[in-house]
Amino acid sequence: MNRAIIPLAIFLALAGLFWFVLGKMNEGEYNPREVPTQFIGRSAPEFALPDLFDPSRTVRTADMAGQVWLLNVWGTWCPECWKEHDYLLHLARREGVPIIGINWRDDAAEAKAMLARLGNPFQMIGFDPNSNAVIDWGVYGAPETFLIDAAGVVRAKHTGAMNPQVWQEKFQAYFAATGSTT
Amino acid sequence: MRPLRILAVVAALLWVCAAVARVEVHDFDSPEQEGRYNKLIAELRCLVCQNQNLADSNAELAVDLRRKTYEMVKQDKSEKEIASYMVERYGEFVLYRPPLNTNTLLLWTGPFIILVIGVSLLIRTIRRRRAEQPTGVDDASLKAAASWLDTDRDKRDA
Repeated sequence: MNRAIIPLAIFLALAGLFWFVLGKMNEGEYNPREVPTQFIGRSAPEFALPDLFDPSRTVRTADMAGQVWLLNVWGTWCPECWKEHDYLLHLARREGVPIIGINWRDDAAEAKAMLARLGNPFQMIGFDPNSNAVIDWGVYGAPETFLIDAAGVVRAKHTGAMNPQVWQEKFQAYFAATGSTT
Repeated sequence: MRPLRILAVVAALLWVCAAVARVEVHDFDSPEQEGRYNKLIAELRCLVCQNQNLADSNAELAVDLRRKTYEMVKQDKSEKEIASYMVERYGEFVLYRPPLNTNTLLLWTGPFIILVIGVSLLIRTIRRRRAEQPTGVDDASLKAAASWLDTDRDKRDA
């Protein structure tokens, strides 16, 4: 009698644990594939990429010195990027957040077509078909969004689609503190 | 003649497969460089398909990370330099053989701890079972058995 209960209890405990973790994964609170970024509190890596719209121009980290800004890595091949696009537009247009894009491993014509159709939330977009800047930033998926403060230090990062909840939890405070949203 | 021809066709097909599988061809300055490159891509983790190393993965990021590794090997960067370049960006998770430090202490010692617990549990169970199981033979029977055996021996000897 007693013996039969032990495996059953172990099974129920495991089932409960799995249920709990799966729930957290579905809510987006827990991502087992997440690789924590190494850059929080470190100065932002330099990048120099050709501008998506005008390859003769170069987009650099240094261009944004003195501002609080977002770096968003995206590609037209990435479904989550389509999902977050509206919210990025909202941030850029309603909240006045400066967003720099890195268009990653993409086709330039398709990227431009997507922005023409959905609107362009980016101040500038670096074109990175070979992952040069992306590797320097330790990016491993898209979309990824970094927040860089006025001193050029990375303060926050989110893997996956940006949404109001993530914005409020991880990002908004940095803009409120410096007042650079206005 | 015919089996030979089939063999030739099969060999040709296999050769084509091998040629397709080898997507990237790299030139190295020395066999030592090539060895360093192969060792690194075997020990660095693909961040996209996280249970594969760079050598096995065909994810686009893995292709680019292999290229990056190749470029750094060509610049004659040491194995340590390249590994720390990756760790700086992707964390120790990128290493298939994480270094032994306070964070990874449990990871390294865990299997041995579990082994020790398992073995001691096993020994305890075996001992308990042995103590619990009486032989079920009393002294009188043992003596009787001994005497029968002795009788047998006497007969044989006689």
